[in-house]
Amino acid sequence: MIILTGEEIFKNIVDSIVNLEEDKAVELANEALKKKINLLEVVEKGFSAGIRKVGELWEDGEFFLPELMRGAQIMQKCLDILIPHLQKGSEEISHGKVVIATIEGDIHSIGKTIVATMLRAYGFEVYDLGADVPAEKIIQEAVEKKADIIGVSALLTTTMTGQKKIIEILREKNLMNKFKVILGGAPVTSAWVEECNAHGSAENAIEAVKLVKSLLNK
Amino acid sequence: MPIIRPKIKILDDDHKEMILEEAKSILEVQGVFIENQEALNLFDKNGLIHEGLRYFIPPDLIDKCLKTVPPEITLFDRDGNEHITLKDDNSHFNPGSAAIFILDEDTGEIREALSNDFIRFSKIVEQLEYIAAQSTALVYQDVPKEAQDWHRLYIALSNCYKPVVTGTFRKESFSIMREILLACRLSEDDLAKKPLAIFDACPSPPLKWSDLTTQSLIDAAKSMIPSEFVSMPLAGASAPITLIGSITQHCAECLAGVVIVQLTKPGAPLIWGGSPAVFDMKHGTTPMGAIETMMINLGDIEIGKFLKMPTHAYMGLSDSKIPDSQAGFEAGMGALLAALAGNNMTSGPGMLDFESTQSIEKLIIDNEIIGMVKRFIQGIEDYGAPFASEILNDYGDKEELLSHPSTLKYFRKELFFPSSIIDRMTRDSWKDKGSKSTRKRAKDLSKKLLEKPSVKPIDDKLAKELNKITEKALK
Ligand code: B12
Repeated sequence: MIILTGEEIFKNIVDSIVNLEEDKAVELANEALKKKINLLEVVEKGFSAGIRKVGELWEDGEFFLPELMRGAQIMQKCLDILIPHLQKGSEEISHGKVVIATIEGDIHSIGKTIVATMLRAYGFEVYDLGADVPAEKIIQEAVEKKADIIGVSALLTTTMTGQKKIIEILREKNLMNKFKVILGGAPVTSAWVEECNAHGSAENAIEAVKLVKSLLNK
Repeated sequence: MPIIRPKIKILDDDHKEMILEEAKSILEVQGVFIENQEALNLFDKNGLIHEGLRYFIPPDLIDKCLKTVPPEITLFDRDGNEHITLKDDNSHFNPGSAAIFILDEDTGEIREALSNDFIRFSKIVEQLEYIAAQSTALVYQDVPKEAQDWHRLYIALSNCYKPVVTGTFRKESFSIMREILLACRLSEDDLAKKPLAIFDACPSPPLKWSDLTTQSLIDAAKSMIPSEFVSMPLAGASAPITLIGSITQHCAECLAGVVIVQLTKPGAPLIWGGSPAVFDMKHGTTPMGAIETMMINLGDIEIGKFLKMPTHAYMGLSDSKIPDSQAGFEAGMGALLAALAGNNMTSGPGMLDFESTQSIEKLIIDNEIIGMVKRFIQGIEDYGAPFASEILNDYGDKEELLSHPSTLKYFRKELFFPSSIIDRMTRDSWKDKGSKSTRKRAKDLSKKLLEKPSVKPIDDKLAKELNKITEKALK
């Protein structure tokens, strides 16, 4: 049996994510556990480095969405294996918490789901509440989960008002300083973001990751 | 009569049969999610087995429901005159629906629309010869959000006499829209006999009928108003990546729609339609101008015809952001293919940017495309042999055929006469006229069309009635 050093394991993990080899990635996560390698390093230098590489390949046009999404899911699967062994659980590796949903009255879910998946892959703890979710419910979840970011998707001009409603309720309840609210969906323009007094919007999943990172100074 | 009606086929009968059988078995085994209470009651009443909201539809019920779907629909204009019939291989076109933005002809910017934009849009649709029906094509921001769906029907019918393709964004809106339609007819019966509007309703891929769109199907069926399924499998994202898999999913979703409608009211008019798309794997968008999107559409149309239903598809639109050559070739290919497939109602003209933006310039260009397409499907006429020899015998007399009796007799019939949109000038005259691009010519024509008087102005009494309904509903 070949004994792998930490650095070698990290490299293999990166490769397994980039090559989308789920079995291998899972095996490596288990191996890292067995060998008691520093798990924070395993996540940062292994899995996170891997998904960042996948993201870069996508931005360079080498990779396509199915590869990006698959990479993100393999990464998630491996994190699920490692997290129970971290002292403080997911908190320890989380870059921040995001509650995301498509607003009430609107069932357009695909864009929101892609954004949620990518955020997860980039180390954020994401609570995806699904589609057609009332503003009150989104806020309640954000409060309960102590979220940093509230992400709201709307694809219909008629449901966009729900995005504004979120901010209005947060204002009323004096919760505005607790969260950053970001918006997305085809009808969302920068003028709308301004009108809502939201903290930003992004037109695709990688941009959404960059936005969240910049809002949380990560 | 042409020698043959030019046609295209991309499926053989064996595969149509296989797709249909698989779609039925999907509904029997995997079932369909129904979120609407009235539909659930209807399904329960008919003894359908279910697990939660997932209902399993037996194939014999599907067959029974298919039997009561009318094979054709005749649409009447606002004033009650017969306008077009969706049957056989008749091919009609209407603008793509429900754009969020308009491409401003003057500034060249894509921006939110105002009601005045939709008034201009409707007036232009009225003038365009080859756009047979209008649609509630633009959503505008200067009415309350709750009115953003139904208010468009009011503006549309106030400014253009053509039948309308429309739809609801909220359940509550249907009754207002029905009232607007009823104002244009003598009675409910008259509206049922002379349909003026088609309601689009989208199932949610995969295999779900949402509360909103199911309610629209049911409400329309009760009033014998035609519904048009806009099933939109997104290949690779919410439907199988294989084109045949997406066609099969489309078939299953539409069959479930047939059952909902025919159980509500046997004989209610329906159109087998869709707006499928392959998912763009680089940008995460839903390209409506992709060639594979058009292939799925063609497959869907063939299945609809196989079932002897009127058909619809979203074709002739483009994902370009401006009316450039991409917009021209995507719209051109789509419109030609739709007509070659004998698709009865094709939505798309004017549309850019993944169904999100309407452009008056593109609409005017697309009208020209459709003019050419219509000429194409008229095919080649046999006027009787000999086809050429006699005419050629006469050539010697004058050394030209321009003044030949056969030329005079047939040139207006054989040739399509384009408007100023198509440039066929000599280079010098093109330069003299300002070296204009197609887009610029379309913009110029739009101004002229807007100055023209309405083809069929709305009757004063009806206009007042529509205003009254609108004011009441806005309160
Ligand atoms: C697919 C689709 C559907 C599918 C949705 C399936 C699903 N489960 O999601 C179905 C068929 C269900 C559907 C239904 C309807 N639809 Co629709 N639909 C579309 C379509 C063609 C594409 C949307 C999509 O999935 N795009 C691909 C994804 C990946 O992109 P995205 O959603 O924009 O997301 C990206 C970004 O926006 C961003 N993002 C998204 N969310 C978020 C959130 C955050 C926090 C951030 C930072 C970023 C972000 O990142 C994402 C990834 O890149 C759009 C047209 C369009 N151009 O958007 C119409 C469109 C939005 N629909 C429209 C309409 C009218 C409807 C219906 C009302 C039609 C009807 N009467 O039946 C119903 C609505 C039902 C309802 N109550 O919601 C209109 C809206 C018109 C308007 N003025 O509002 C559009 C514009 C099409 C049209 N012209 O008719 N639709």
